Amino acid sequence: MKIILNIWRQRNAKSAGKMARYEVADASEHMSFLEMLDVLNEELTRKGEDPVTFEHDCREGICGCCGFMIDGVPHGPQRGTTVCQLHMRHYKNGDELWLEPFRAKAFPVLKDLMVDRSAFDRVIASGGFISVNTGSAPDGNALPVVKKCSDMAMDAAACIGCGACVASCPNASASLFVSAKISHLGLLPQGQAERDRRAMRMVMKMTEEGFGYCTNAGECEAVCPKGIKIENIARMHRDYLKSAFTYREESQAGGAG
Amino acid sequence: MSSIAINGGANRTAAFYESVVGKKAIMAATGFVLCGFVLGHMAGNMQVYQGPEKLNHYAELLQGLGGGLWAIRGVLLLCAGLHVMTAFQLWRLKNDARPQPYVKKATIATTYAARTMIWSGPIIGAFLIYHILHFTTGGTHPDFKAGDVYRNVVVGFRNPGASVFYIIANILLAIHLYHGVWSMFQSLGVNHPQYTPKLKLLAKGYAWVVGLGNCSIPLAVLTGVVGASVK
Ligand code: HEM
Ligand code: SF4
Ligand code: FES
Repeated sequence: MKIILNIWRQRNAKSAGKMARYEVADASEHMSFLEMLDVLNEELTRKGEDPVTFEHDCREGICGCCGFMIDGVPHGPQRGTTVCQLHMRHYKNGDELWLEPFRAKAFPVLKDLMVDRSAFDRVIASGGFISVNTGSAPDGNALPVVKKCSDMAMDAAACIGCGACVASCPNASASLFVSAKISHLGLLPQGQAERDRRAMRMVMKMTEEGFGYCTNAGECEAVCPKGIKIENIARMHRDYLKSAFTYREESQAGGAG
Repeated sequence: MSSIAINGGANRTAAFYESVVGKKAIMAATGFVLCGFVLGHMAGNMQVYQGPEKLNHYAELLQGLGGGLWAIRGVLLLCAGLHVMTAFQLWRLKNDARPQPYVKKATIATTYAARTMIWSGPIIGAFLIYHILHFTTGGTHPDFKAGDVYRNVVVGFRNPGASVFYIIANILLAIHLYHGVWSMFQSLGVNHPQYTPKLKLLAKGYAWVVGLGNCSIPLAVLTGVVGASVK
């Protein structure tokens, strides 16, 4: 089948980009979306043109590398799917598509469809961790975990950090991503020691990185390839408010500190 | 450890307000107070359907609160001020957060109400100022008689222009609250699969009740259902 593509072409982070029109003459319905772009890129290379840059790695929907906008929706029309797992059978001969990079101040475009998402890494580094002692492995099941908490933590841990939530959000807010990380750690016993500081630091850091605020529009939850729920955002607000109101100075009494 | 220090003391309030979550919490808490007022105000005004004595007596009762009335007004004004200030600052942040717009952007989940909060809000704000000048101080009223609330309402709404503005503003208020009432719970951290669907229903119900209740009064005056006794 023939697919017409309008793709955002941008040489580097500094240059201005624009849309360019391409045609993939015979895409197979068995191809994944990225394979269809591979075909386009081979043709561009043959013609001596610059191939379209897009990020990808596992192509199995688990690493979070891939992602761009297809007709204004991150990862395209199929719900619960990364773009690497989207297949051409969902399209028909003659379809015209618009491909654009994720857009947010915190996600500067590097080239074509590829953006710099290291702001996410800096948010994680600010508080998305737990402290554990190294040494011999602890006994399995030594630490009781409430079943429903473990379920919720695992659901939140499914986030692959792709950034689709930011891309779809009318305010370019990173709330879904950040709240998934806060929930993933904060619901488990191992995450309690830093729970207050984690919420404070990660919320401050995401603001500092230039992400917007959450208006509870629900756009992120609809496009998230891993089905992360905005219930997590409410948990992040809860953790943040609790730590903001109950903060106290560290005690120096009895020589502690 | 992280480079972000966690402040104590005076800085704490500033840091709380500085963060997007803190601002949203203030917006939600002040929105909650305003919602309580809006519902009470609407319910009280339904007494217009019980005739002049009843409504004017209710107005006297409120005036009789004296200092208490001013305390309530003060709280409402403070809430409205904070609500508008946070709304404006967050809106500016939104523009900063995505400087380059999409060539093509689809909306797949956001409701009309959620998308138009920043338009419904300021129009409601402008309406509130007009409303206070109209029926509280009488500044924009053609024939204001302090104390005779029933008569002021009927005469005020006989002007179709004023009535239409009231109706439009109250439809917008209902739309604002259609999203706002469930959103404020989410912003304050309340979300649970058991309750959130019900809270969304509550928001819809609240918006319809307030919207229909408020719009009914100018309509009733224009159609002559209310105020036949007023010359
Ligand atoms: C009677 C007056 C009003 C009531 C009862 C009201 C109520 C609410 C409520 C309950 C929320 C949800 C808060 C949250 O999710 O955090 C909200 C949000 C909002 N309000 Fe109001 N509001 C009123 C007037 C205004 C005015 C005058 C403005 C003008 C700027 C305004 C602008 C906004 C904006 C921009 C939002 C944010 C929407 C979002 O984040 O999704 N509101 N309002
Ligand atoms: S929350 Fe969902 S959309 Fe956002 S980064 Fe994680 S996986 Fe991607
Ligand atoms: S390439 Fe790894 S998730 Fe798509």
